[in-house]
Amino acid sequence: MQTALRTSLPETELASRANFTPHARVVHEERQEERQVQATGLPLSIRGLRKSFGDNEVLRGIDLHIPAGQFVAIVGKSGCGKSTLLRLIAGLDKIDSGSISFGDEVQAEDVRVMFQEPRLLPWARVLSNVEVGLGRDRSSSDAHARAEKALTEVGLADKRDQWPSVLSGGQKQRVALGRALVSRPRVLAFDEPLGALDALTRISMQRLLERVWRDQGFTAILVTHDVAEAVALADRVLVIDEGRIAHDVVVNTARPRERGSVELAGLEGSILSHLLSADDRT
Amino acid sequence: MSLIDSISFPRSFRLPRLDGLVQWIVPFAIIAIWQVASVTGFVPTRVLPAPSDVALAGWKLLLSGELVRNIWVSFWRASIGFLIGGSIGFAFGLANGLSQLSAKLTDTTLQMVRNVPHLALIPLVILWFGIDESAKLFLVALGVFFPIYLNTLHGIRTVDPQLIEMGRIYGMTDSELFRRVIFPGALPSIFVGIRFALGIMWLTLIVAETIAASSGLGYMAMQAREFMLIDVVVLSILIYALLGKLADSASRVLERATLSWHPAFQKR
Repeated sequence: MQTALRTSLPETELASRANFTPHARVVHEERQEERQVQATGLPLSIRGLRKSFGDNEVLRGIDLHIPAGQFVAIVGKSGCGKSTLLRLIAGLDKIDSGSISFGDEVQAEDVRVMFQEPRLLPWARVLSNVEVGLGRDRSSSDAHARAEKALTEVGLADKRDQWPSVLSGGQKQRVALGRALVSRPRVLAFDEPLGALDALTRISMQRLLERVWRDQGFTAILVTHDVAEAVALADRVLVIDEGRIAHDVVVNTARPRERGSVELAGLEGSILSHLLSADDRT
Repeated sequence: MSLIDSISFPRSFRLPRLDGLVQWIVPFAIIAIWQVASVTGFVPTRVLPAPSDVALAGWKLLLSGELVRNIWVSFWRASIGFLIGGSIGFAFGLANGLSQLSAKLTDTTLQMVRNVPHLALIPLVILWFGIDESAKLFLVALGVFFPIYLNTLHGIRTVDPQLIEMGRIYGMTDSELFRRVIFPGALPSIFVGIRFALGIMWLTLIVAETIAASSGLGYMAMQAREFMLIDVVVLSILIYALLGKLADSASRVLERATLSWHPAFQKR
């Protein structure tokens, strides 16, 4: 089980990368190339990031590099600072010290967030809700067409004229995804977007997330409390504990991934045991 | 009545599709019983004239043009007073809901003024304005101001902060945020204010007209009392009831048109 799992502290990240099996590296690089052709994803570099709320120091120095187009999952106990990290990446909160830089000049439309709640405007039809995601392009002439395209991508084209209140929880979350996708973001941050959904809806949403990520090639950062979801979707799982990155786990399993496969279950088990052992220490 | 009406019944309690007529069964039954009681002499006509007599009095006044003129005068006063007081209340509600500074500056003062019954100002208002139009408009505007102010303020303050954050993330400017998120979010609460205000509007106007006026429905009722025309007095009271119902229905039509997104207003 441990052989499938490569863990490293941030300082030893390079060393651990050198330990990749050659096969895994090839797969990884191929995928990178594929994405660079589309040139959509943005790389992300975080240096010495700290954040406190009052006396409570939530993030105690995060160093992290995410290559363009990677799907990164962030897991950790509640209160470990994973959502705070996401909010800082998305620019929703102010950084105390340290830096977050994207490889390129970023526009507001390049970084989008999807929350646990759909946060749809109840007084706007589904299509108008998606149009909100266009940012400054909302009033452009092709706004309608672009919103319709995004709605088709999430499979809700037939609901365009409905009020959000008549949609199911999963459908609302798909509209929220459409709204996040409509501006063709280069980084998409997910804050437990599937946390409130039932098990079956959650699985179909995971497939949808994976599909749009593969189609569009944005850099995806997913905060989740569900380790199974993290290993099913991500190229890399970061375990955060007490405001630091405790483990950096690479998931090399080929896609499409088979849910409940022995390999994924093994990974899931070892990440869980890390989380729980951290629990025992405290 | 309006408040209870706006609470939606669970599906199983709803009556089949006679709705439009069902609501009139009780008022018409009351009138029928009243007519019978008057005709049989159970209720002396000096206490309460028969509905037929009231209708006759109404017909006569209608023919003389007096009724229409008085209703028109009252309606005009009510609308103008409502517009003035409503807009000022709405403006203060917006300002205090959106700006901390404005709220700090004016809210305490407004809350103090609110606790003075506005009808207690009638003697003062008569001294200031005499008994002409401005006195009535002032009182109606003052009465209408508070429910609209309070509910607009409450509506704006209780807009879901998560939606506001969402709007900011998606790059809405302040005016866009107001137009797309804050105002529509506050609208249900603003309508509650409007419906309260409509009730207060009639109440204030009628009291003001009975005390100090030379035209209008309240004046017509007071004149009739002087001449012991009890049928005209009862007629005025019935017209108040109808006008109140009309105002309530109008606000409800508006509500349905603008809040069709709201689950409580969707057609079942």
